[in-house]
Amino acid sequence: MVPKKDVLLEVKDLRIEGYSDEQWIEIVHGVDLTLHKGEVLGLIGESGAGKSTIGLAAMGFARDGCRISGGSIEFDGMELTTTPEGDLRALRGSRIAYVAQSAAASFNPAHRIIDQHTEAPIQYRIQKRVEAQEDAMELYHRLRLPNPDEIGFRYPHQVSGGQLQRAMTAMAMACRPDLIIFDEPTTALDVTTQIEVLAAIRDIVDQFNTAAIYITHDLAVVAQMADTIKVLLKGEEVEEAPTEQMLDAPSEDYTKSLWAVRSFKRPQKERPTEAGSIPIVSVKNVDAAYGKIKVLDDVSFDIYPGMTVAVVGESGSGKSTTARCITGLLPPTKGEIQFNGESLPPRYQDRTKDQLRQAQMIYQMADTALNPKIKISEIIGRPAQFYRGVRGAELKNRVDELLDLIELDPAKFYNRYPPELSGGQKQRVGIARALAADPSFIICDEVTSALDQLVAEGILKLLDKLQEDFNLAYMFITHDLATVRSIADEVVVMQRGKVVEQGAKDEMFTPPHHPYTDLLLSSVPEMDPNWLTTLLEERGTDSIGEAANV
Amino acid sequence: MSTFVIGYYALLIGASCLAAYFKKRQLFLLIFSLTLISFVTGIVGGVGALRFITVAAGLLALAAGVSYAFREFLIIIASDGVAKELRTAPLTAAFGMFVIFTYAIAGIFAPIIAPFGEAEVISSAFAPADENMLLGADQLGRDMFSRLIYGARNTVGLALVATSLAFILGALTGLLAATKGGWFDQLMGRVADVIMSVPSLIFALLMLSIFGTSLFVIVIIVALIYSPRVFRLTRAVAGNVVVMDYIEAAKLRGEGNWYLIRREILPNSTAPLVAEFGLEFCFVFLLIAGLSFLGLGIQPPTADWGSMVRENATLISFGELTPLIPAAAIALLTVSVNFVVDWMLFRSSGLKEV
Repeated sequence: MVPKKDVLLEVKDLRIEGYSDEQWIEIVHGVDLTLHKGEVLGLIGESGAGKSTIGLAAMGFARDGCRISGGSIEFDGMELTTTPEGDLRALRGSRIAYVAQSAAASFNPAHRIIDQHTEAPIQYRIQKRVEAQEDAMELYHRLRLPNPDEIGFRYPHQVSGGQLQRAMTAMAMACRPDLIIFDEPTTALDVTTQIEVLAAIRDIVDQFNTAAIYITHDLAVVAQMADTIKVLLKGEEVEEAPTEQMLDAPSEDYTKSLWAVRSFKRPQKERPTEAGSIPIVSVKNVDAAYGKIKVLDDVSFDIYPGMTVAVVGESGSGKSTTARCITGLLPPTKGEIQFNGESLPPRYQDRTKDQLRQAQMIYQMADTALNPKIKISEIIGRPAQFYRGVRGAELKNRVDELLDLIELDPAKFYNRYPPELSGGQKQRVGIARALAADPSFIICDEVTSALDQLVAEGILKLLDKLQEDFNLAYMFITHDLATVRSIADEVVVMQRGKVVEQGAKDEMFTPPHHPYTDLLLSSVPEMDPNWLTTLLEERGTDSIGEAANV
Repeated sequence: MSTFVIGYYALLIGASCLAAYFKKRQLFLLIFSLTLISFVTGIVGGVGALRFITVAAGLLALAAGVSYAFREFLIIIASDGVAKELRTAPLTAAFGMFVIFTYAIAGIFAPIIAPFGEAEVISSAFAPADENMLLGADQLGRDMFSRLIYGARNTVGLALVATSLAFILGALTGLLAATKGGWFDQLMGRVADVIMSVPSLIFALLMLSIFGTSLFVIVIIVALIYSPRVFRLTRAVAGNVVVMDYIEAAKLRGEGNWYLIRREILPNSTAPLVAEFGLEFCFVFLLIAGLSFLGLGIQPPTADWGSMVRENATLISFGELTPLIPAAAIALLTVSVNFVVDWMLFRSSGLKEV
């Protein structure tokens, strides 16, 4: 038992209310939390569980439209709920620091990184400017940023996402706080970059014996970082236990369901072997460029009817650009796209209605993919009306049928607007819109990456069922290899606009791999709490900084 | 001390005590500061000043009461969706809507409301108000009140037509420029720059002296002057919408530009456009009134608020308020429209009070 004096943060019966529809609704219902010095607490749960709200409350802060309505937050003997705002402000940044999800959005693009870094120490008169700058470089060294003496003098847009996230962690460390709150710091990063950031955060938290609250929805990540894990659901605690115990023997059903979520897997299908079979989509030696910058270099692969081809790679590898070439948004500079053996016109404007109908697309962000001012019935009905000229009662039947297919109740959803739906429901509507055109080929662009794991699994199962029913071919763009494992038949690995390896899924997941595939595969976090340590040892500590530069 | 003064202070002090007792902080502060101000003005200005304060406060209270009642009335007669929006309207917006409503009634039913025709000479020049003429006569002996009512129809109607035309022109080109992009966007942008670079009044004067001062020409010229502002706003708003994935999805479906504009882009940009419409309406209104004042707008004997101010301007030297009445009518409408626009801007900016 840790003695009482080591308790840094003690939250008791925390209640937070949010303002919506002209009334206050309780969103966090009495959460307790105890954090000792140097301890890392993982907060996990799906979106809407109140993770971030609780994290911010630990700084005595409530977002606009929220208020702390009850309970106590005691930080090092200081009651934050009654402390005046001025004192709280002095506390934040100096003794409690916050690392946000998107470093790119949190840095001010108009100032150099080091100026933003040194702002807090200078403001609180802890260090002089020169000392603060030297200290910043020291921290950049420790976080293994490339060119640590120089990188701080760049502007945020001149630095990559993973480096920016590390610089943000360094900034949080600037005043050597007692507590850092990490709010999904790696969610927006690729697996290969995620590793560097995770390793850097863990090192620095260890070195300075800082306590941390680590908020994430990714179990495998939290298993690497946290000493204790707390599972939240809808603003209430489900259970809390030390990491090992939580992973080995979760006691609550909800926790078990979270643990089991990646179990969905379907058998791999083989390419048709008959002589006459032709691929439905064939990308042949395609080059493409944005302006003068070449982004695709000799990309070729085939997609056969009824099969799922996963295109994987980190961001900037050309996955989405390939999709833009296939849809005709970006005409290739060389090579061609064939559909059922016939060459497609490079520009979508030149394609016939039927060619456009055959290939449909489902987007990553359902929020921006559905027009917020158009009813669900019209969003889904429009393709049927546009391509087939279906009207009146027949159109209504068709929309009802499609809503049934995506497992949404037609009576309830027919007249709703997209903002009234949840993320998973919106993504289902996006699928229905693609289906409404009776396509034979659908491009799924990161369709599950913005969703919670449980919801994402539902979407994957739905896509799989629809593939069986309608013999659809999918091109599945993703950076999540777990998704690839569960749904793909064939895998295409892309790096910097080139296809580095392709083949059947089972083949791809068994060694030997191409070095890049190997790097991708080994970077996927596993549920073993020692995974990161083992991996870092295998790779040798020095290679971590280079992972992004491979 | 007259009974009026005693009653006046008794009422104020009583009301502030009541407000304090019922813990109405803001109301108490308001009434009590009014009491303190009254002490000072009472000593300096005497009973007259106190009477003035009473009348002003009474008018304000009356306006607030009317606005409140009008809002409740609208909420009752409107459908559920609109009623929910109307409940968020502040009293100022309700007041604005009430004034606009009154002007609309005056304009539409002008021949029925006005006791005399707009060009009818019924009395001697500058005759004072009597039971026949509510506001007296103008410089030719026409009834001021009747001309004011007809002026609502002419001036407001003209401004409305001109603003609508400016909007149709500006919004359509703006939406097209945002959807098409490329050379069309560039061309339209430069044309808008050219029109905006010429001072509007000078441009209007120039055009009117070239083409003559018919109603048709005024409408066209005013619309032309104000359409670039609408164009720029629409293009900026639509520019944020066309990059959304749902537009890409519609394009890939093979939809034409007209469908994109009508069904996908326009519904997502109406809120700022409606707010802009209110603002532009005020500018257009003032420009037309200004042109009339200079003698280039609506031609006599048609009643028009701008020219009414000019024609009766000599009366000011005699300390008469008559020429200020049409000016006040212009001011009241402008303020009212802005009240309503402020509310709409507030709603469309997505700011929510906590």
